[in-house]
Amino acid sequence: MTDALLNVTGLSAVSDREGGLPVLRDVNLSLRKGEVRGLVGESGAGKSTIAKAILGILPRTVRVTGGWINFKGRDLLGMKPPELRNIMGSEISLIPQDPQTALNPGRRIGVQLADGLRLKRGLSAKAAEARALQLLADVQIRDPDRAMASFPHQLSGGMRQRVLIAAAFAVEPELVVADEPTTALDVTVQKEILRLIRHMQEVQGTGVLFVTHDLGIVAQICDSVTLLYGGKVIEDGPVRSVLENPQHAYTRALIAAGPRYDRPDAGLEPVPEEVFRALRQEIGIR
Amino acid sequence: MAEPITIAAPVAQTRPPSRVKTLLTQPKVLFGGGFILLLLVIAIFAPLIAPKDPLEQDLMLGSLPPAWIDGTEPGYYLGTDDLGRDVLSRLLYGSRIALFVAFVSASLAALIGTVLGLLAGWYGGWTDRIISRIVDIWMAFPPVLLSILLVAVFGSGVHSVIAAIVIIDWTRFCRVVRAETLAQAQLDYITAARTVGFSRMKILTREIFPNIVPVLIALVSLEMGIAVVVEAILSFVGLSVSSDTPTWGGMIAQGRQLIHHTWWLLVAPLAVLFATVLAFNQLGAGLRRALDPVMRR
Amino acid sequence: MIAISILNRLVMAAVTLFGVALIVFVLLRVVPGDPIAMMIAPGASPADILALRAKYGLDLSLPAQFGVWLQAVLIGDFGTSISLRRDVLELLLGRLPATLELAFAALIVAILIGGTVAVIGTLSRRTPLEPAIDATNGVLLAVPDFVWALALVLLLGVFFPIFPLSGRIDPTLSIDFVTPFYLAESLVRLRLDVFLDVAAHMVMPVLALALPLATVITRILKEALLEAMVQDYVLLARLKGMSEIRLVLQEALRNAIGPALSLTGVQFTFLVGGTVIVERIFSYPGIGNMAIDAVINRDLPLIQGLVLVFGAIFIVINLVVDLLAAALNPRLRHG
Repeated sequence: MTDALLNVTGLSAVSDREGGLPVLRDVNLSLRKGEVRGLVGESGAGKSTIAKAILGILPRTVRVTGGWINFKGRDLLGMKPPELRNIMGSEISLIPQDPQTALNPGRRIGVQLADGLRLKRGLSAKAAEARALQLLADVQIRDPDRAMASFPHQLSGGMRQRVLIAAAFAVEPELVVADEPTTALDVTVQKEILRLIRHMQEVQGTGVLFVTHDLGIVAQICDSVTLLYGGKVIEDGPVRSVLENPQHAYTRALIAAGPRYDRPDAGLEPVPEEVFRALRQEIGIR
Repeated sequence: MAEPITIAAPVAQTRPPSRVKTLLTQPKVLFGGGFILLLLVIAIFAPLIAPKDPLEQDLMLGSLPPAWIDGTEPGYYLGTDDLGRDVLSRLLYGSRIALFVAFVSASLAALIGTVLGLLAGWYGGWTDRIISRIVDIWMAFPPVLLSILLVAVFGSGVHSVIAAIVIIDWTRFCRVVRAETLAQAQLDYITAARTVGFSRMKILTREIFPNIVPVLIALVSLEMGIAVVVEAILSFVGLSVSSDTPTWGGMIAQGRQLIHHTWWLLVAPLAVLFATVLAFNQLGAGLRRALDPVMRR
Repeated sequence: MIAISILNRLVMAAVTLFGVALIVFVLLRVVPGDPIAMMIAPGASPADILALRAKYGLDLSLPAQFGVWLQAVLIGDFGTSISLRRDVLELLLGRLPATLELAFAALIVAILIGGTVAVIGTLSRRTPLEPAIDATNGVLLAVPDFVWALALVLLLGVFFPIFPLSGRIDPTLSIDFVTPFYLAESLVRLRLDVFLDVAAHMVMPVLALALPLATVITRILKEALLEAMVQDYVLLARLKGMSEIRLVLQEALRNAIGPALSLTGVQFTFLVGGTVIVERIFSYPGIGNMAIDAVINRDLPLIQGLVLVFGAIFIVINLVVDLLAAALNPRLRHG
């Protein structure tokens, strides 16, 4: 037994909506227990397709044409729906992108938080409530009692994202898929949320697949990173080595395009067109 | 609702398919429009089509059942009523009143409602406040009761029925047109037209009104269906045209009274009324889908 | 804030009701037929006629008549029915409960049918059942209460004579009602035989009124449910392992009810308006049936009273719907 939690091997998929256009091309990536891996790419790079494939919620228009998603020695893609339902929300959970739409506007925070505990851990209503209260305190929400009785619209975006993080970690899963969880938030709140995810992950020893388009976030929170372009893995490795010693021209251009806090005069160089051209040729996109 | 996705046009053909073509690909338009067209032909040529005189009484041949039931007389396909009048002929003639009422009252109601709706939506302020309040008051009347009341006031007859329907249902058009006008007025192209310096009236008639037409056409079709039913209800209560003239509502009332003896007297006009209302509804829904540039997507 | 907006609504409602009263009043005064002419015995002297006119206040000027009438209405005096020779308010109060029972029973039935079909349609999305439900509902949406009522007469009254065709209660049943709410009272007094008889009389009119509303509820609610079902919170709940039916009922329904509710309110006023013709078809002794007779008999005081009652019902429904919508929306409830 290795300590690999998740192994994606040779994953390929096409989009039927776009006439069979490949959206994933032979993707390999792995995640160890307790590791935070960034999954980076611009929109359309295939990062959220991978996340959805892992969670088993691919849209009908996307078809997997090959490969495996191996979670703790079992292939998620070959699993029957009931089996999958047992794993999802229990061993694998999701921190969604938009805290606005990810909480039911008509139900109180407390009961929504307790759902997973009752359904997946078989807790009684009372026990689930007590645990939910504890979780709210864990994610550093002031006055958790009041938050329990609140409706989503009564909380700020950052607070709601904390609630969603609490919900994701409530069942003590082994893998958390975080789908751009800070995109919809203010920059100041962003940092706190990243710190919180890292904290919860370290306490519980959870593996986190962190989907983002922002290399800066990767530098802050991730141990390792997988960079995608056009559905293909461009770069893969520990964050430090990728950021300091990128192997691919695209990665170098991308790093140069990001703002540099240490040297305000540098950075913000747009990725040169010839880099894209070479990249597309390499992958085989016309 | 799942609509078949139209295959992209070949490169050579740059113009989008014409409106008529889009219309004819809508099954709802085909069915609804086809039925109404058929009804229109029947109404116009009723004297040529009807097998018998709808008013001719023959007590010897009273209460005959339809042709597929035993004990009938040849030539009376849907049987006869208690006075021996041919049901089929009366049904065919009945379409005249029904369609006349439908077309005239829906057009007039649309005219009044549209003008007031455009004014309320475009000029706002006091114009809007007064018109909207009147609409509110109108909405507090039960429509059927109001129509009966109005016909009682005007005296019975086709013209009273039409007047009643117009007086009641202009609000349907007014509300929708006002809302549409308000929505259009917020769009950028209106702001653009205003900065160019077009007069308010010109913007209303040239820019806003054409965009409301699709909704309006669909609404008129729906209203015709409603008018047919209202006419039938008023005939049923005995307030429409004189009881001699064949109307569907009058036939329904007759059938309801004699229901235990001759149930087919109710079935035939009820079925025709249902089919007509359904046709107008489907036509309206189909037109809306086909003409509205937003819904066509 | 909320109190002010409610007060505002009430004032507007009063203005609307005043407008309704004014219009009916003016309308009826231009009626060509003279109601007095219809009620005098042949050979009555001109003096008799004048006395009658004075009795019903028809000898005053129009504004004066309106003033007199309005004053009387405000203290609960709706006048005397010309055709029935009885106090209008008494007549209205005697008949109104029958219509209210009918309308509310129809509302409940419509919500049950419409809600159930909408939920089934949502659960069966992407199966052949869904387009079948949509198509059937699309056709039935076109059927007005008048046509439903007569179709039911044929189906359940003639071809399969299961339910009584007319009236409100079997006259041979011996029970003295304390209130005019027969259905509710027989239930409270545990007279099951009476309750079932009253209910049986209501089945067809209730269905005729409920089915048009049910089709509207189905369409609106299903649309709202489908929209809610693709929200992220439903996705998260599904990942937590919630069953599909719980997703619909617990997660989606409460957010779909809001949009469905306000339209149901408007449609409920149509339903109440529909009682006029449906009661007529089933000879059901409510205010709707009474209204048609009143119009045919040109019974001015009765018509005025009836229209005012209908107007008041409509306005109350709209008010209640607005308040309910506010109460159901957590954003408005817990600001």
